[in-house]
Amino acid sequence: MRFPGQLLFGTALSAVFVVAALVSLVWTPFAVDALEIANKLKPPGGTHLLGTDHFGRDILSMLMVGARVSIAVAVIAVGIGMAIGVPLGLLAAANRGSLLDEVVMRGNDLVFAFPSLVIAILITAVFGPSAVNAILAIGIFNIPVFARVTRGGALSLWTLDYVLAARVAGKGKARISVEHILTNIANLLIVQGTIQFSLGILAEAGLSYVGLGAQPPLPSWGRMLAESQTMISLAPHIAIFPGLAIVLTVLGLNLMGDGLRDVLDPRVRRGR
Amino acid sequence: MSLGLSLLAASLVIFAVIEVIPGDPASFMLGLNASEETVAALRDELGLGGGVVARYFSWIGGVLVGDFGTSYTYRVPVSELVAARMWVSLPLTVYALVLSTLIAIPVGAIAASRRGSAADYGIMGVTQLGVAMPNFWFAMLLVLVFAINLRWFSAGGFPGWERGFWGGVKALTLPAIALALPQASILARVMRSSLLEVLGQDYMRTARAKGLTRGQAVRYHGLRNALIPVMTIIGLQFSFLLAGAIIIENVFFLPGLGRLIFQGITQRDLVVVESVVMLLVFAVILVTFLVDLAYAAIDPRLRRGT
Repeated sequence: MRFPGQLLFGTALSAVFVVAALVSLVWTPFAVDALEIANKLKPPGGTHLLGTDHFGRDILSMLMVGARVSIAVAVIAVGIGMAIGVPLGLLAAANRGSLLDEVVMRGNDLVFAFPSLVIAILITAVFGPSAVNAILAIGIFNIPVFARVTRGGALSLWTLDYVLAARVAGKGKARISVEHILTNIANLLIVQGTIQFSLGILAEAGLSYVGLGAQPPLPSWGRMLAESQTMISLAPHIAIFPGLAIVLTVLGLNLMGDGLRDVLDPRVRRGR
Repeated sequence: MSLGLSLLAASLVIFAVIEVIPGDPASFMLGLNASEETVAALRDELGLGGGVVARYFSWIGGVLVGDFGTSYTYRVPVSELVAARMWVSLPLTVYALVLSTLIAIPVGAIAASRRGSAADYGIMGVTQLGVAMPNFWFAMLLVLVFAINLRWFSAGGFPGWERGFWGGVKALTLPAIALALPQASILARVMRSSLLEVLGQDYMRTARAKGLTRGQAVRYHGLRNALIPVMTIIGLQFSFLLAGAIIIENVFFLPGLGRLIFQGITQRDLVVVESVVMLLVFAVILVTFLVDLAYAAIDPRLRRGT
């Protein structure tokens, strides 16, 4: 299933949430910490476009600020994964079969045995819950993902003629890795980055749902869902909108990732 | 060999994280208002007197024989707590894994064999949504529809296996569906692309040329080859399902390992947290190892290699 509009649609959908997050920095319809108990559990429509929650807070405003939290956590976590994973992958590939390569790969396997939720549990047990812990947990989980993708992509490049030519020309491994390998696997990393970004949004939602993420009064989509749970039969809208926000953001990012892969990776374009 | 090494490394990591707690674990667990004598007593109980190395060996030595220490808040051995709750979390994970596999393989196969049809587009669209859906939100929607509106299932809780097998299965059904569907979406997509790739291979044309029908060729030659990447994903999914089960247990108020671990965190019961985390990581490593073995069974080419 590869329709040409996939990339456009996915990008547009993701952009809606990025814009909402950016706008929330300067304006939200209501203040997110404004409690109006008299106005609690108002259904969608009227002055509160998406209704209000059990404290009378405006759901649309909370979703906008929540988008900011989700996106910030996921972006920084991707950044951590790339900043550590990519150099490790490049190092491992440049020294293929060496002890260093072995250590990096075994280290990767080890981190893979810790799902990001388990990392978050460990960090939280020690330092207490916060958005920073969520970022760290998801970021640590991203490291082996990027290390693996980088190493895999780099290994096939090291056998190519132009890399050999660069070696003959006297360039060192580090310089080749940066000048020739990294530039040629950039596409691969962008696609993987999009995927990890969408996984990060999902993971952040899960962590804040169980109370291991952003703490009150900062709104987050996951905690909005957790708080709505006991009131779901009274006012389903307070559970529906945060969930939809998560699904649409992740869907947008996934479609964007698939679309990007089709555009950036000629092998896939030909293959399917 | 590699299994043992992985477990050793994982146990070192977990132990080290718990060790970096600012200050002393005993005063951390008891909070600021504890008297010095209580802290000293707990230090004694936790065996904090010895050096780091001695403590690690006494912990890991216990773990190896199933002695995880005593929970500070429950005052019972952690192994007892874990044993009781494992009978909720493990069946839930396996139930979800079975559901996910049973749904995904046929659905993916149908999409691949009718590539480009309305069924294929429909399946791909639904799985795209399934991948984007957080399982706990899906769980809440299931509760809204099937427990609150239709009243087919209870909205949560677990009657216990001793009250009858089917009652237990029924209580785990909505949680298992919630866990399984997002994973089934991923698996169905993998199955589809894997089977599509196999269908394009020369040996499939040869099979048809020697007179097999399309269905026979897929059954005898296609599926077996297409299942190899699917197996990898099923293995990876186990760890996602196990982690997901921890979250889903909270939606349905199931007395599983997830509830235990979150209670452990709020009550600062490090003994419980450390042990349950070690157990979860052990399960993930063990399953990864078993998947590697299963490869060899499915793909004879790998048997000689490793």
